[in-house]
Amino acid sequence: MPILEIIENILVRTVVAGTPLLLGTLGEVVAERSGILNLGVEGMMSVGAVTGFIVTFTTGNPWLGLLVATLIGAAFSVLHAFITISLRANQVVSGLALTMLGLGVSGLWGKPYIGRPLTTKMAEIRIPVLSEIPVLGRVLFSHDPYVYLSIVLGIVVWFLLRYSKLGITLRSVGENPRAAETQGINVNLVKYIAVVVGGAFAGMAGAHLSTAYSKSWIEGMTSGRGWIVIALTIFALWEPSRAFLGAYVFGCIFVLQYVLQPLGISPNILAMMPYLATLGVLFVYGLSSAGKRRMSAPAMLGEPYIRGSR
Amino acid sequence: MRSIEQLEMRGIHKSFVGVQANRDVNLSIGAGDILGLLGENGAGKTTLMNILYGLYRPDEGEIFVNGEEVVIRNPRDSMRAGIGMIHQHFMLVQKHTVLENVGLGYEKAPFFFPLREVRKRIEAEADRLGLHVDPDKQIWELSAGEQQRVEILKALLHDADLLIMDEPTSVLTPQEADGLFDILRAMSREGHSVILISHKLEEIKAICNRVLVLRKGTVTGEAQIEDVTMADLARMMVGREIADSYPKADLPEGEAVLEVRNLNVQSDQAVPAVQDLNLTVRRNEIFGIAGVSGNGQRELVEAISGLRHVESGAVHLNGEKITNRTARTINDSGLTHVPEERIKFGIVPNLFLYENAVLKKHHRNPFSIRMRMNYPRVKKHAETLVHDFNVDAASIGVPMKNLSGGNIQKMILGREISAEPDLLIAAHPTYGLDVGAAEYIRKQLIERRDTGGSVLLVSEDLEELFQVCDRIAVMYEGRFMGIVPPAATTIEQVGLMMAGCPAGECDED
Repeated sequence: MPILEIIENILVRTVVAGTPLLLGTLGEVVAERSGILNLGVEGMMSVGAVTGFIVTFTTGNPWLGLLVATLIGAAFSVLHAFITISLRANQVVSGLALTMLGLGVSGLWGKPYIGRPLTTKMAEIRIPVLSEIPVLGRVLFSHDPYVYLSIVLGIVVWFLLRYSKLGITLRSVGENPRAAETQGINVNLVKYIAVVVGGAFAGMAGAHLSTAYSKSWIEGMTSGRGWIVIALTIFALWEPSRAFLGAYVFGCIFVLQYVLQPLGISPNILAMMPYLATLGVLFVYGLSSAGKRRMSAPAMLGEPYIRGSR
Repeated sequence: MRSIEQLEMRGIHKSFVGVQANRDVNLSIGAGDILGLLGENGAGKTTLMNILYGLYRPDEGEIFVNGEEVVIRNPRDSMRAGIGMIHQHFMLVQKHTVLENVGLGYEKAPFFFPLREVRKRIEAEADRLGLHVDPDKQIWELSAGEQQRVEILKALLHDADLLIMDEPTSVLTPQEADGLFDILRAMSREGHSVILISHKLEEIKAICNRVLVLRKGTVTGEAQIEDVTMADLARMMVGREIADSYPKADLPEGEAVLEVRNLNVQSDQAVPAVQDLNLTVRRNEIFGIAGVSGNGQRELVEAISGLRHVESGAVHLNGEKITNRTARTINDSGLTHVPEERIKFGIVPNLFLYENAVLKKHHRNPFSIRMRMNYPRVKKHAETLVHDFNVDAASIGVPMKNLSGGNIQKMILGREISAEPDLLIAAHPTYGLDVGAAEYIRKQLIERRDTGGSVLLVSEDLEELFQVCDRIAVMYEGRFMGIVPPAATTIEQVGLMMAGCPAGECDED
């Protein structure tokens, strides 16, 4: 196989592998920009994957699977929102609990479906004209709808955060909730919405794994992608535009695990790459003072907000 | 047509856990009024205004706008009624631009690209009222005066007819304060009303046309400004006459306690903050450092007290070199420090008063015996401090954060002075405190001087420096513009040095 074709294949699979990471990261960026850290991504993704699979399997409609997975992801995140926003409990503890709950529930629900492949999967859509472009056509424009959905959502999130009133509101809530409150903004409502959007995105990412990426359900099939999303959110410096870069770089690392394995490189080393890359980014940015300023997380990330406190 | 011709608050009661913050308060203000709300810290001024702005709900009482009752449940209701508030600590998002801050919650902007509309409105207001500020700068890049203008713009764009300002001049230079007053007068001419919360009498006299005085949550006076003198206002506020000069013992010049030679220190941004600085503080002396904040005072204090790395130069305490020693070593060798951000660095807000009372000594005999705290001794020490330094607290068992600013400061000062240090560094010790507490703290500083200690006092309050200091150094961009004796100097001369003119080089005109 000529080398060019290998590279093209790697790129095609990179985009697919990066899609759940992109969806998850966008959701976590939205949640964290409101000041709520949600470590439950792995759990919400897992629940999204199993429900997406079950619905697609029983109805034969992958779009219905996507819808239900999105709703279930959102529903799970409401738990986290209630515990951390209304009850002001510790966000780390609640997020970790959500991950464990999600993994457990998905294992339970998915037991009868293990090893049963989907008959109908999310069909590939070739975009007319654009998919004819050499190389680029295959890499970007001949994919399942999730890929396009994630790209469109990424652009929407980026645009809303930067150029809309909603974006200013959301960012301000994460930076200085009291300032937002004094401008008449319902801080807790904004946080709830952000967390639920994050959950919905994680649910979508899960459905992609089970109905488009692998077309079957295996327990633990998210295999740490939820944690990579947490790392990617930091890697992206809470910017949707950088989430694209991060998701595809990390997606590429996933693909390389399979490509490089026959060459004798241990898959364990490659599996470490996403985390090493995150540490690397923190290290490089931490060294420069300009980087430090950019790297700063939303100022009130992880801090419960108490209205009218003295 | 303005929407607020007359606003009234009637019979307002509000209490927090165990503290009656407002008791049967009535307030009224008409269009174009600038009403001074005067009172000591803890008198309930801010609480009253937070009720008007919807941040707190009153326990009892009503609010009327143009004769009709309005219910204010949250800031949004308050903004709809035409009320805007500028808090003492600005409610700004540091990492956002001026535009983004002003656009936050601005209902009339379109959903997409809201900042274009905001920019137009800012430019219009800037021309009309002289509110100039670069809309594309981020907040952390702006001076305090500019940040305040952003806050005023925010309120104006939300159509605030009544603007509440909480201690607006506490962060401003005298020139910036004059600029603010011009803006307020222009607003008053346009029919806006302003409520100015303050404890500075001169300020109230200078800008307000009416004044309402609170003490311990109740109204103790209300008057047209021309009908009262400063002395009247002071009496209403503190309930007694206040000293405007402080007697000091006449003492011979003592030996040098602190010697700083060619000191260079960098700021957090790694730029030189203190440059080749020399100073000597002697026993029986209060050495004052004047200057607009941000000219290296904080870095100087931190370098001396061991909290910041000294790049070059030397610091000696009692002849012993303490350059770049740890803060604990320096503390143990006789230097104590009242830090400028008292809540952040002076106390642990969630610990009890008695625990805070022994910080920095908690690890030593008699407050702890090996690994174990000796709580009976700790509590006894706390009782003594509370008594000796007039700290007003429900008990020594309350979390420190429940105390008012003035009482927190008295406790910190008491803790630092009770260690009988050779040098006491006090950074902005009376900042934000009411007249009574400030007076008390100044007396304690003089007491320390008279009983064989020495004090390095950093302050922005020139009157305070003139009242208590033996020598005043004026700091500007990391250097001293001059070291002058207050008796032979005018406040205007010091003001010029604060603006960067070395002593004697600039004429006063």
